Amino acid sequence: MKYVTEFRDAELVGGVLEKIRQTVTRPWTMMEICGGQTHSIVRYGIDQLLPPEIELVHGPGCPVCVTPLEQIDRALAIAARPDVIFTSYGDMLRVPGSARDLFSVRASGGEVRVVYSPLDAVKIAQANPDKQVVFFAIGFETTAPANVMAVMQAKNLNLKNFSVLVSHVRVPPAMHAILGSPSNRVQGFLLAGHVNAVMGYHEYPPLLEKYQVPMAITGFEPLDLVQGIYETVRMLEAGRVEIVNAYARAVTFEGNQPAQKMINQVFMECDRAWRGIGVIPASGWCLRPEFDGFNAEKRFDVGDIVTKESPLCIAGQIMQGLKKPHDCSAFGKQCSPETPLGATMVSSEGACAAYYKYGR
Amino acid sequence: MCLGVPGKIVERYEKEGLPMGKVDFGGGTLREACLAYVPEAQPGDYTIIHVGFALNILSEEDALETLALLREMDSLGEELAPDEVCN
Ligand code: SF4
Repeated sequence: MKYVTEFRDAELVGGVLEKIRQTVTRPWTMMEICGGQTHSIVRYGIDQLLPPEIELVHGPGCPVCVTPLEQIDRALAIAARPDVIFTSYGDMLRVPGSARDLFSVRASGGEVRVVYSPLDAVKIAQANPDKQVVFFAIGFETTAPANVMAVMQAKNLNLKNFSVLVSHVRVPPAMHAILGSPSNRVQGFLLAGHVNAVMGYHEYPPLLEKYQVPMAITGFEPLDLVQGIYETVRMLEAGRVEIVNAYARAVTFEGNQPAQKMINQVFMECDRAWRGIGVIPASGWCLRPEFDGFNAEKRFDVGDIVTKESPLCIAGQIMQGLKKPHDCSAFGKQCSPETPLGATMVSSEGACAAYYKYGR
Repeated sequence: MCLGVPGKIVERYEKEGLPMGKVDFGGGTLREACLAYVPEAQPGDYTIIHVGFALNILSEEDALETLALLREMDSLGEELAPDEVCN
């Protein structure tokens, strides 16, 4: 068991697709929450292999895409400071702020470094005691355990030159926002398996009850994806509103308890703005006050931020399942990976990037 | 950035107070990861690694069960097809 090749078995995928075709009798719209899943779906052509009755719309689960413009601009201002080494996941470098991106800050002399893990940023702080090291702590529940551990480790090592710029978001409040909207089109969800690996799925039954939408916890390999879709179609066709764990090898109901405990020690719930969508109440995590010493927003005063979003970009509507990348008049024209107008065109989890890369 | 990748823990050790390990992603790729959230993980266990952290221990039993179920479904589908033609 290698946990990869087994779940890419073309014959088995074909078998599940056939079952989906046999099961579906009318049109259904379902949303995959996670941008990683969007990319897998488009990369393996699953969207094109599904019967025409099933429409997949693409969710907000792309942390780079939903990080609010104001926070990007704040990151750019901090990164440009001569006393700062700014560290970030690589995806963030090309994300357009109001006037520029981290890449161009680096080109004009700012010290911006890409890290693979937030613990690498802590190491950079240890090695550069004369510099302020800032880590751009963005992400969903999946990334929170790593980001909070970096803060805890900096505290345990008594580092005075490490801080985090936090822009953390959570899936269930975003689902509330999508389902509660009068223009909602989503009838079933493929839940983001790795969010559930951390958080379990005890947070979802109230959503199920309130909005009467079935959900399948879904993994990332082609077989996982078609299985998640099949489970969701089965529930929709039978009028069953349940939550099915179609990613049992990786997800338990309780989730990862030590990780949840550590998240609660470092983070607390807060309102958060989502780029292109707006403020969603209690949808974010921010640092608890006892970690103020590691809060980059408190450490660096960057003055007032005036944001300017591209008027053409409809990424917010795409991430709520209301539009598709093709509906954007700028797609592939004014907006491309070389000249992105929105984050969704440059993130490895962005729907626009997936459609562009795989020629949809 | 959110992608989690399965890998096999091959070694477990401590570094600066944190439980760490070497994880084999296949194809000769070995990387260090933090094992703080999988205290019971042992060398030989498979895990999902995300931004340098192990998120869980993958259950072989559940994986095999899922695959068996889907295989069964696959063969059922084939058996059903001729029936439908006959009907
Ligand atoms: S194609 Fe570009 S401008 Fe249009 S929605 Fe996507 S990111 Fe925004």
